[in-house]
Amino acid sequence: MSTQSTRLAARLMVAPSVFVLFIWMIVPLAMTLYFSFRFYRLLTPERSGWVGLTHYTWFLNSPDFWLALFNTLALVGGVLVITVILGVLIALLIDQPVKGQGMLRILVIAPFFVMPPVAASIWENLFMHPQNGLFSAIARGFGAQPILFLENYPLMSVIGIVSWEWLPFATLIFLTALQSLSSEQLEAAEMDGASPLNRFRYIILPHLTRAITVVILIQTIFLLGIFGEIFTTTQGGPGSASTTLPYMIFKQAIVAKDIGRAAAGGIIAVILANIVAYFLMRGIGRHLDN
Amino acid sequence: MGKIQLTQVRKSFGEVDVIPGIDLSIEDGEFVVFVGPSGCGKSTLLRLIAGLEDTSSGTIAIDGKDATHLPPAKRGLAMVFQSYALYPHMSVRKNIAFPLKMAGMSEAEQAARVERAAKVLNLTSYLDRRPGQLSGGQRQRVAIGRAIVREPSAFLFDEPLSNLDAALRVGMRQEITELHQSLKTTMIYVTHDQVEAMTMADKIVVLNAGRVEQVGSPLELYHRPQNLFVAGFIGSPKMNFIEGAEAAKHGAATIGVRPEHLDIVAGGPWQGTVGLTEHLGSDTYLKVTLDSGEGVTVRAPGEVAVRHGDRVALAPQAAKIHRFGADGKALA
Ligand SMILES: Nc1ncnc2c1ncn2[C@@H]1O[C@H](COP(=O)(O)OP(=O)(O)OP(=O)(O)O)[C@@H](O)[C@H]1O
Ligand SMILES: [Mg+2]
Repeated sequence: MSTQSTRLAARLMVAPSVFVLFIWMIVPLAMTLYFSFRFYRLLTPERSGWVGLTHYTWFLNSPDFWLALFNTLALVGGVLVITVILGVLIALLIDQPVKGQGMLRILVIAPFFVMPPVAASIWENLFMHPQNGLFSAIARGFGAQPILFLENYPLMSVIGIVSWEWLPFATLIFLTALQSLSSEQLEAAEMDGASPLNRFRYIILPHLTRAITVVILIQTIFLLGIFGEIFTTTQGGPGSASTTLPYMIFKQAIVAKDIGRAAAGGIIAVILANIVAYFLMRGIGRHLDN
Repeated sequence: MGKIQLTQVRKSFGEVDVIPGIDLSIEDGEFVVFVGPSGCGKSTLLRLIAGLEDTSSGTIAIDGKDATHLPPAKRGLAMVFQSYALYPHMSVRKNIAFPLKMAGMSEAEQAARVERAAKVLNLTSYLDRRPGQLSGGQRQRVAIGRAIVREPSAFLFDEPLSNLDAALRVGMRQEITELHQSLKTTMIYVTHDQVEAMTMADKIVVLNAGRVEQVGSPLELYHRPQNLFVAGFIGSPKMNFIEGAEAAKHGAATIGVRPEHLDIVAGGPWQGTVGLTEHLGSDTYLKVTLDSGEGVTVRAPGEVAVRHGDRVALAPQAAKIHRFGADGKALA
């Protein structure tokens, strides 16, 4: 793309798709914005009229909203920490030459192919269930009281389930990054007297920074919208203990049938996502260049 | 400091015996070059000495102590890799200081040693750059710098110059030789380039299929090759081999004459037709097909006015004829 004319041609060529993508994005956003200022409740006959910022102030004054905001960030942060740390460790482990490596890798990747409600059901009924679950059986085996995961630790349980689903993704990315590390670099470090721990710290970890950045950015996008796992297991409860922003919006839109208020929640969620994205890019975005 | 002794060292990868059993001793302060064709096991042998590869059997002793099962870091050797293996996310300074940092040396001592190494290798103005911002020759020097700061008992080089262009290679060759002369540390240098081997080595080890064919000084190998392999491998252009009746006249199964030891003289004993000629200015290389059907190469000094298809007569210099028996070994 060096000459003037090829550059112009290139712009003309991409223009239609840019235009379509723009429409694709702006129409739903504009409609959400429109409804967020409207009175639009499906259960009441009159569905018209502007309400100004009422919907927004309702959110900001609701204690549930601040809890939901905290829960959303805790969910994203918790899952990120768990998947990045465990992902790096598992990737290091399955990068070792072992018998049946192909099979092992497929097993590690498998959870990613389980759809969220199914994964959540499996965890709820087979692992965390107070009577039938594996964990309660283990607890009873030790003579202890079974832990009521979803009742007493609802948010942590959801974090655990979501981490289990996203761990394969992180592991896979880290594994490919590890495989691109030249073995000569590790051998050179070994000759330079670096212990395995120092090799990890000074050679492997810096090599992985870009992969870690990619994992954090991609996962954040998806984790901000986590819904299915909560819906299947805790329903946002007990009380609002595991309600996140998306789940709160869902409650307004589908349970309370208040479209206007849900739209305002949606706009707040968009703003939150942009704030998170801004700080992420400022914090770790530089690792993406070069 | 820096004496390395290999005894019956064997290495196999699964079924394949890459090194069937090598005895070799390297004296302190020597510049030893391993040469051999591609795939003959040079790198493997070097990695065995470095400890990056486990021996299948046999012992490696460094300075009289058995090092066969010591980890690489404990052997006191430094290695320069073909791909340099610099740490891309560290500055040149940090790269060079890395082995010192791993050894737990104080910051001040690290800085002093890095400074000294950088001065020796002309790297002082690049210390704050990343390896990605350096040229091939500079990267090579950083890799050497990282090796010398530790003051190892021996250096191991695996084809360190093969990624450089011809002019830079000559320069780096001299730098490494000078480095050896000033440090007086044992160096083991792997290459498949025989010019490097001939110009740098105190002692050349010619390897073929994992076996040592001959060990000796460059001129020893040139003048007295012990077998056909060494005779054909050392020297450029390759030595001419002639078999049959002509060899029988000298009481050998094969005789070898280097291209530079064949003279074009009227009435010479070997008659032939000139094929390809290569004019290098300083020398002329002639490919001559003898009447007996064998092809030989002649290296004539200066410019020779012969053309494709001309008839020439060649005379081998009698004292420079190498004789080999049917088993390929040189005859006394
Ligand atoms: N990890 C390995 N597993 C199996 N075979 C190997 C391994 N490493 C090397 N070999 C084999 O050992 C032989 C010697 O390899 P080596 O790398 O030592 O050759 P080399 O002399 O250094 O060649 P080059 O000049 O091309 O670098 C080769 O035939 C190679 O295929
Ligand atoms: Mg090699």
